[in-house]
Amino acid sequence: MSDLTLNGIPVVDTFAEAFDVAGTAIIVTNDTAKWAMIAATTMTGFATSVIGCGAEAGIDAELSPEETPDGRPGVRILLFGFEPNGLKDQLIKRVGQCILTCPGTACYAGVDGPTKVKLGGAIRYFGDGFAVAKRLPDAAGKARRYWRIPVMDGEFLCEDSVRAVDGAVGGGNLLFLGRNHAETLKVAEIAVEAAKAVPGAILPFPGGIVRSGSKVGGRTKGMMASTNDAYCPTLKGRAGSALPAECGVVLEIVIDALTSQGVSDSMRAGLHAATEIGGKHGLIAVTAGNYGGNLGRHHYHLRDLIARDDAKPEG
Amino acid sequence: MSTLTLRAAPPERLDLLNINPLALSRLSQGEAERLEIGTTRTGVRLGDCFAVALDRSDTLTIEGGHERLDRVGASLSEGTIRVAGDVGQRLGAGMAGGSLIVAGNAGPYAATGATGGTITVEGDAGDHAGGAVYAAKAGLDGATLIIRGAAGAHLGDRMRRGTIVAGRAGAFAGSRMIAGTLAALAVGDHPGFGMRRGTLLVGTHGRMSPTFVETGTHDLVFLRLLATALRSLSAEHADLLGKPLRRYSGDLATIAKGEIWVAA
Repeated sequence: MSDLTLNGIPVVDTFAEAFDVAGTAIIVTNDTAKWAMIAATTMTGFATSVIGCGAEAGIDAELSPEETPDGRPGVRILLFGFEPNGLKDQLIKRVGQCILTCPGTACYAGVDGPTKVKLGGAIRYFGDGFAVAKRLPDAAGKARRYWRIPVMDGEFLCEDSVRAVDGAVGGGNLLFLGRNHAETLKVAEIAVEAAKAVPGAILPFPGGIVRSGSKVGGRTKGMMASTNDAYCPTLKGRAGSALPAECGVVLEIVIDALTSQGVSDSMRAGLHAATEIGGKHGLIAVTAGNYGGNLGRHHYHLRDLIARDDAKPEG
Repeated sequence: MSTLTLRAAPPERLDLLNINPLALSRLSQGEAERLEIGTTRTGVRLGDCFAVALDRSDTLTIEGGHERLDRVGASLSEGTIRVAGDVGQRLGAGMAGGSLIVAGNAGPYAATGATGGTITVEGDAGDHAGGAVYAAKAGLDGATLIIRGAAGAHLGDRMRRGTIVAGRAGAFAGSRMIAGTLAALAVGDHPGFGMRRGTLLVGTHGRMSPTFVETGTHDLVFLRLLATALRSLSAEHADLLGKPLRRYSGDLATIAKGEIWVAA
């Protein structure tokens, strides 16, 4: 299969193909960490794939009161879309339906970048003319503009606009080929923990793991994507299957990050963590998904990620 | 540090509009001394009233203030002006940036129309500090005005944006306010009279206008951000936010988007 190995686990000499996306970060705070997390979890629900959900989103980090603008516990959320306008649309919908509605929350920009995306300035219309804007310097002395929207528990405070970054990348991935479901899931879970620990990177699928990896197009007219038949164990033995006979399960992790380096670092962390415990859990091999290299400009070669550091992703 | 030293009490009101570190750094000693600062037909020049010492730095010190020194720092956009004494009216009027510090008192209309930078008056300020001059659209318009002592009446009248911090203020503080933030440890009667938007934070106040309604006490996130913003300007004012606060909404005679927070 491959002459590459890491911790005794074969690593296929291939690459993950990823795409330029529009990305932003917001900080959601609340009186308690519990309610900040409830708001963040709600907002990042149904955000696994840009194609089907309009956005990919996830929780980047839990923040201590010292790390948030208002001194309350918070959560940093990353949101990715195809382009800034689509991102804006999803951001307004998700903050409007999930953060505005959640008791006690406030919402702030979580990253600096060149593109302004209106947020509070759009949601303020919920205030029916009673909302007021307030410009105040933050702890660093930088003036920031907020909207204060009257709601039934007091006020929803939301920053007027957030920023979209240049250089966000979506679609970094690793595929774990295992023998059975429970053991392969364990490997994938450990890879997820390592991959999401990288700041500025999220894994948008359920628990960070996707079982329905896809290929572009399909036999049915109009399908933008369909099952990745080459990696379906029940289709083993057919022409086009990429799986060895002993493989019974394939699970994938998908990574989006605010920078290309973030994707690279996150993939590396996942690859190393998975192979370190893979031997115990029947991991057969690790590979990555791509479309031949013609669709996405970012190529993350597993060969480069085997080294602990100094990965230099192509693209 | 360039220095202007006042030789004697000015014979007339002086207009220091064009005196700032950036302007002086481009002039020779002779050119600087010939700058017209008089306000009558006598043609008083800078060198007539001040001993001029230039070093082309971004800091200008005026030694020896006087209540006849008008529009000090009015054209300041960068750098620092320090006045070791009093100044006249319209201190920092229309100022766009930089830092302006007056060790003494200031006359009326300090910081009117100022869009940026920080103006600090260590003593007292006259009426209409941060307020609009006649026929002007707005008073303070984005700058920060700090008055360590007492301000007169109509503090922040028709201010549009920015922050005013004052020790005490007279009647009608924040009158006709368009927006912005005004904090004072004590204010006189009718605070926020005719205000449209904006925030007043006061320790104590005189008679409240009947067109304000009390909305109770509220623990709003906004107050945390306000405390952070005020902390760097005055810990005493920021501490007002550590107490339970009563909120008044008004002025109901206008669009009523303003608020007055009162330390209970």
